[in-house]
Amino acid sequence: MQVAEHDTASEAAKELGAFLERRREQIAQRWADATLFRTVFTISRDEAVEACKAVVDALADVARSGRLEDVAAPGFDTVRDQLGRMAGSRAQAGFDPAHIDGEVVGLREPVAALLRAEFAEAADPDAHGPTLALAVLMGTLRLVVMNTTVHAGQELISRQRRQMLEVATPVISLWQGIVAVPLIGTLDSARSQVVMETLLDAIVDQRAAHVILDITGVPTVDSLVAQHLMKTAAAARLMGAECIISGIRPAIAQTIVQLGIDLGSILTRATLADALAHALGRQDIAVPPRPVAVGASPR
Amino acid sequence: MHARTASTSRLPITSDSDLAWVRQHVRQAAAEVGFNLVQQTKLVTATSELARNTLVHGGGGHMEATVLREGVTRGIRLSFIDGGPGIADPELAMTDGYSTGGGLGMGLSGAKRLVAEFTLESRPGQGTTVTVTDWVSGVPSPRTGAP
Amino acid sequence: MTGFSAARPAPVPVLTLGDILLVTLQGDLHDGAAEQLQHDITHRIAAGPGPVGGVVIDVSGVDIVDSFLGRVLAEIAANARLLAARTVLAGLRPAVAITLVELGLTLPGLVTALNVDDALARLGRTPSAAPPSHPEEGA
Repeated sequence: MQVAEHDTASEAAKELGAFLERRREQIAQRWADATLFRTVFTISRDEAVEACKAVVDALADVARSGRLEDVAAPGFDTVRDQLGRMAGSRAQAGFDPAHIDGEVVGLREPVAALLRAEFAEAADPDAHGPTLALAVLMGTLRLVVMNTTVHAGQELISRQRRQMLEVATPVISLWQGIVAVPLIGTLDSARSQVVMETLLDAIVDQRAAHVILDITGVPTVDSLVAQHLMKTAAAARLMGAECIISGIRPAIAQTIVQLGIDLGSILTRATLADALAHALGRQDIAVPPRPVAVGASPR
Repeated sequence: MHARTASTSRLPITSDSDLAWVRQHVRQAAAEVGFNLVQQTKLVTATSELARNTLVHGGGGHMEATVLREGVTRGIRLSFIDGGPGIADPELAMTDGYSTGGGLGMGLSGAKRLVAEFTLESRPGQGTTVTVTDWVSGVPSPRTGAP
Repeated sequence: MTGFSAARPAPVPVLTLGDILLVTLQGDLHDGAAEQLQHDITHRIAAGPGPVGGVVIDVSGVDIVDSFLGRVLAEIAANARLLAARTVLAGLRPAVAITLVELGLTLPGLVTALNVDDALARLGRTPSAAPPSHPEEGA
């Protein structure tokens, strides 16, 4: 019957909770030698044992509350931070989520062994109840660890992304009134926006009549990025400056043509040096022609 | 929308000088919510386009401004409401260069490009409501303060 | 900075520097004041008192340019051109420039400059250290 089944299940959960509480010390001692705890808590074994106890307490708490399958059970709250730090430190050591998950799975067997031993002594025919409850509870622990891992990863990514956006846009003054912004790495929408604002601010700060956007270090340009480049050039012109885009590699030029984007309204030069020569020329500063490349025939 | 809303303020749009007041109000709200200078400028410009639309085509109306909070993100929602003749063909009105008011025809289509979310509801004879929403972006601005 | 002025907007003063008209816009410009300015400038070029060779509009103090003000600025330049005077827009702020581009207004008919000095240089009217560059080309 439904009700009876439910009662049995919650009975088993309670029994498991009591078992975890009773065997807290032994479980913690066994877990402290498991890779997951041993490699994270390296200062002393006592430290690892304490961390293990905290997790056992949390599991016992969840078991008593009967919410074996609930990742949001309040019992987990006390160890969520700790589990997150553990998973994070394993991830930083270069292990992928599947490997970390495997280590969490490995925590079950020592507890199951204790459980079997205890019920074998008592010759209890109902031993499969708590064993099943343990399997469910450890499965939930895996999910909790996974969740915190993913969450910590996302936080790390967004923090690094912000840091990268802040440092990745240097403005270099090449000459009076001429600045260059060399870009290295992939341009996405957010970074393009930062580049645009940085470059336009440089026009004001440095009274720059010429700004060179060098994309030699940009591996690919899609239509969105090409559009951003054109918007940047248009905004620079509105402010009274001329924007020159240099370093469009042949592969990128081809992509731009294939995408059907018309860069016709934008001033481009093959290299940063060519762009600088152009800007200097605009300021009526004589620039001697660059040495002719070997093999090219002089005119 | 499951965003929790704070207070809503309501400003009339019935004259040329109301436009300036509405712009000023949105500028202040955007700064308080934490929009960077570029975002502020975009939102105030969109406000100007839409408020003028309300005044010129809707024969006047009002704006409702609401500060939004969703998780850690904050934003602003602005509704421009008139009881004018309405727009017979909203799709056409959203086209670049379409103009009946002697402007450059960039009002509605341009404003849409300046904000994160844009909706237009209109029935001929029953007026027009344009609602725009913008959120504080997580992207740092090279310079956040006013120049 | 964005001081909200009273209901009746003050007209924008038009200064004369030799044969150049210098207009400085500030803060939030009312539609009426913008239209009045357009009328004033065109009238000044056409009717004197003196000949006008160029118009410099300093927008470094302007917080926003919407499509209405954009149209007014473009029309001032177009009218001036018909009367053989060149118009230079000087000192547009970065945030305003970005917004104009997103709005879809690139104002192709307007010559632009970094600031008023640069604008006068582009009109060839000042003994500025930097020789005039070629505003119509490129861009």
